Amino acid sequence: MMKGINTDVLVIGGGAGGMAAALSAAREKSDVILLERENSTGGVLNQCIHNGFGLHFYKEELTGPEFADKLFNEMTLDRVNIISESYVSEVDVENKTVRVLSPDGAYEIYAKAIVIATGARERPFGALMIPGDRPSGIYTAGLAQRFVNLENRLPGKRALILGSGDIGLIMARRLVLEGMKVEAVVERMPFPGGLLRNIVQCLEDYNIPLYLSHTVTKTVGRGRLEKVEVSEVDENYNPIPGTEKIYDVDTLILSAGLIPQVEDISDSLQLDRVNKGYAVSNSCETNIDGIYAAGNNVAVFDLVDYVAAEGWVAGRHAALKSKGGENNTEKYPVIRGKNVSILVPSYIDFNESLRLYLRISKPIEHGRVILKELNIEKKFVDGVPSEMIQMVLNKKKMELIREKGGLFVEVVEDE
Amino acid sequence: MNRKITCVMCPVGCRITVEMNGDEPVISGNRCTRGRQYVIDELIKPKRVLTTSVKVEDGDLPLVSVKTSGPIEKKIIMDKMKEIKKKTVGAPVKIGEIIIENIDGNGVDLLATRKVKKIHK
Repeated sequence: MMKGINTDVLVIGGGAGGMAAALSAAREKSDVILLERENSTGGVLNQCIHNGFGLHFYKEELTGPEFADKLFNEMTLDRVNIISESYVSEVDVENKTVRVLSPDGAYEIYAKAIVIATGARERPFGALMIPGDRPSGIYTAGLAQRFVNLENRLPGKRALILGSGDIGLIMARRLVLEGMKVEAVVERMPFPGGLLRNIVQCLEDYNIPLYLSHTVTKTVGRGRLEKVEVSEVDENYNPIPGTEKIYDVDTLILSAGLIPQVEDISDSLQLDRVNKGYAVSNSCETNIDGIYAAGNNVAVFDLVDYVAAEGWVAGRHAALKSKGGENNTEKYPVIRGKNVSILVPSYIDFNESLRLYLRISKPIEHGRVILKELNIEKKFVDGVPSEMIQMVLNKKKMELIREKGGLFVEVVEDE
Repeated sequence: MNRKITCVMCPVGCRITVEMNGDEPVISGNRCTRGRQYVIDELIKPKRVLTTSVKVEDGDLPLVSVKTSGPIEKKIIMDKMKEIKKKTVGAPVKIGEIIIENIDGNGVDLLATRKVKKIHK
């Protein structure tokens, strides 16, 4: 028979969301196991050596490794049982049984509640369908970041960056600081994918040009990448013939977006069609009783602080559930109106306040988020899809949602 | 002169407007006092916090991540990177440990942001 371990709360994934979840569950006096597949916790924070983290969650400015270390120390004090080098191969969500592979062999964990905090993965080169050769020298931004920041390796000499997501912008600066030449960042969309502050401090500071509405249309190289062809695209993202430009680079860095990691866990968990992550309520509960999800596997968030805050909520409710609380949950849907793309949560329950996160689907200079059922409007200026809009509502304000049977979220554009 | 500056001090990224009233800058749109200081520095002497890494000997990791304890002048950053690249520290390294003291000549230190354990060969 396979050996097994019992626990109140099991957290899958030791990044910011999982660590916060494990800590908050432990603070509710639950027995907590945290599973991490690498040999230490921290997730992507370990390689995000830049600053700007923690202003909401810790009320101080930290680098990624410092943020991860703080959470690790707190988890240790609160007796979270951290098991590293453990890979979850399967979750039986109904029975809350998790099958784990580790260097010590395979084993099972039986939990009363589970928090899934598996984060996101980078969109790979193969998904971009770029014609041409398939030489070495093509890396996702996160992989390049791991090489440079953790392994002391430089990916090449001259680079072009495709996609203007935050990791790509941060890597542009990082590679220049380490002595590489970064020719340009090209972005298929007519607006940048990353935060404006990163355009300023990563590109403008180092005179790296950003070409919007441009994409890579060909990769050339035998063995190693030698050239990439860049073309301008029209409003349907089709390359415009005659606009091709050749860059002599040995390195292509891809920052083409993150995809919530929802594969391989369970087929019973509902996903949100647009977020492409788990559909959760404001208590971070999925459609299966006692199974919670938080962080970038729900939707890709802007800030690690948001991820940690959501993990904290998930861990607390998982702990309460493991003690037999919170059983009769009524849930009401959150419905996307116009100009809204990413929207979290998918459902509203009444166990928790409402933290609404949304992205607008296009840049809007003057706009308003309208929650019609609640008679609430939030004005904004210079809105861009790369910057999430967050709204927090207390339980009292949420009462109207029950009466109306749901919440409709839309964004209107003002003159 | 009317200039819009994106504050880089935190992820909020306030769009701060600066108007010159004679020699006096009139600053608006910043949501905290750090934004005000950032804009004043940006007009006179732009500064940034530098984050990078330093080689480690006998550590469980080959590198330790580092940051400047405060913003340093933007124009000296590439020079300082050359200096940092020459540096090697021995493990163990603690978080907050000074790796290079007074790196900018103005009292800003280079600090470790990760702990690195010593491995015994």
